[in-house]
Amino acid sequence: MEFLNLQDAIARHVEDGDQVALEGFTHLIPFAAGHEIIRQGRRDLTLIRMTPDLIYDQMIGMGTARKLVFSWGGNPGVGSLHRLRDAVECGWPAPLEIVEHSHAAMANAYEAGASGMPCALFHGYLGSDLPRVNGDIRFVECPFTGESLACVPAFRPDVAIIHAQKADREGNVLIEGIVGVQKEAVLAARRAVVTVEELVDDFGPRSSNAVIMPGWTLSAVVVAPHGACPSYAHGYYSRDNAFYIAWDRIARERESFLAWMRENVLR
Amino acid sequence: MTYTAAEMMTVAAARALGNGDICFVGIGLPSAACNLARLTHAPRIHLIYESGTLGTRPEVLPLSIGDGELCETALTTVTVPEVFRYWLQGGRITVGFLSGAQVDRFGNLNSTVIGDYAKPKVRLPGSGGATEIATGCGQIFIVMRHGARSFVKQLDFLTSLGHGRTGRERQELGIRTKGPVLLVSDLCIMRPDPETNELVVTSLHPGITCARVRENTSWDVRFAETMAETAPPAAMELEVLRNLHARTARAHRAAGGSE
Repeated sequence: MEFLNLQDAIARHVEDGDQVALEGFTHLIPFAAGHEIIRQGRRDLTLIRMTPDLIYDQMIGMGTARKLVFSWGGNPGVGSLHRLRDAVECGWPAPLEIVEHSHAAMANAYEAGASGMPCALFHGYLGSDLPRVNGDIRFVECPFTGESLACVPAFRPDVAIIHAQKADREGNVLIEGIVGVQKEAVLAARRAVVTVEELVDDFGPRSSNAVIMPGWTLSAVVVAPHGACPSYAHGYYSRDNAFYIAWDRIARERESFLAWMRENVLR
Repeated sequence: MTYTAAEMMTVAAARALGNGDICFVGIGLPSAACNLARLTHAPRIHLIYESGTLGTRPEVLPLSIGDGELCETALTTVTVPEVFRYWLQGGRITVGFLSGAQVDRFGNLNSTVIGDYAKPKVRLPGSGGATEIATGCGQIFIVMRHGARSFVKQLDFLTSLGHGRTGRERQELGIRTKGPVLLVSDLCIMRPDPETNELVVTSLHPGITCARVRENTSWDVRFAETMAETAPPAAMELEVLRNLHARTARAHRAAGGSE
């Protein structure tokens, strides 16, 4: 683990063509890191994320992605992700290959990756059309009961990127609140970059069961205050729901989207 | 007291929930119905959101499935793999609420695409948790606005299994949960026929005619022999629901709200 600034962390750990997982289930979405990937002009990424959210809408709209692995691609509580839809429906700014799962499958695939397993087994996809359009969804027979179990390959991203509340001086990272699949994504990935709200001398009073990623499981730790905006960081700032609602209008047209990105991300 | 069709739908869905229920809650109308039930006749209902919040008691309705409000008011918050593995797959949820862009006569749901999958006319958000909620929960309630384009003869894509394309697929696939036992729309209440599992209208909301339901359903919809009229929302139900929406709108600092 090393402490880096955001620019260096992305330059060193995210390469063109990588499989990248930026995780955070509504909470602690690593927007600052995603924006840095856009600014550095990465291309041909395979983006993995359960809920693409606005950050992947922005990355897809700016042409960083070749492929998207996801399970729910909407603007939560608001409607569509217009840039994702434009890429899938019209191939703009580039055609986007999609690998589509359910939440249960993706959560299991991360857990399998973290556990060093080649695949995940679970009760799933029964009666659904998803296995017809995603060749990664297979079924195997349980050797003990004969039941048909869904089977998907483990996720082993080249790099996982997450945002968290605190890092200490040794680079250990504390995550609180809705913890989603962040721990699994970090442990499944070959490299892991964590942005944090603040660096502290000591985490202070906490539960013995607090979610802490030891520094030695991470590649880089970056101090990036407000790095999850407009999503939220439990204990620091709340979700900017008004921006999520406003994004619907901003992203609806290509021109207004590009203007917003130029004004707020690129410069 | 006057009320809207959306309010009737939310109230009718809320009434179907009880104190003993462990409920897997989705955003939007299901969330409003579940919290209305909790704030009225079912104070001990246990609400679980897929972001991992167990036993959550939100003061305002979340805009997203993982709003801070859910975590702050929850009994505890677990990881997303845990909520899907131990709690849903483990068979601990009694009721799941689902909705979709399309539903067919056997309660199968499409939330993936309109048109062809490879070249969709409309790309919808996709499954999210729905595919496994549909088979993992003890029973499923569907809440959807009625319309000829959403109550369809044939789905463009089957995201989440109801009773299958034949009405008997659950049994054939060895699924032991009940699937859709109730559909609440803004016009009526439907339940599966005990023989065929086809959804039939069992109760019309006040002022709604059979003709209106027919116009808004693309399959040849059937009506139960003895049909009830849904009781209109009581003043107390409306007051609690409207207060919930007002608190929510203030909290989100924007017009619109969640339904």
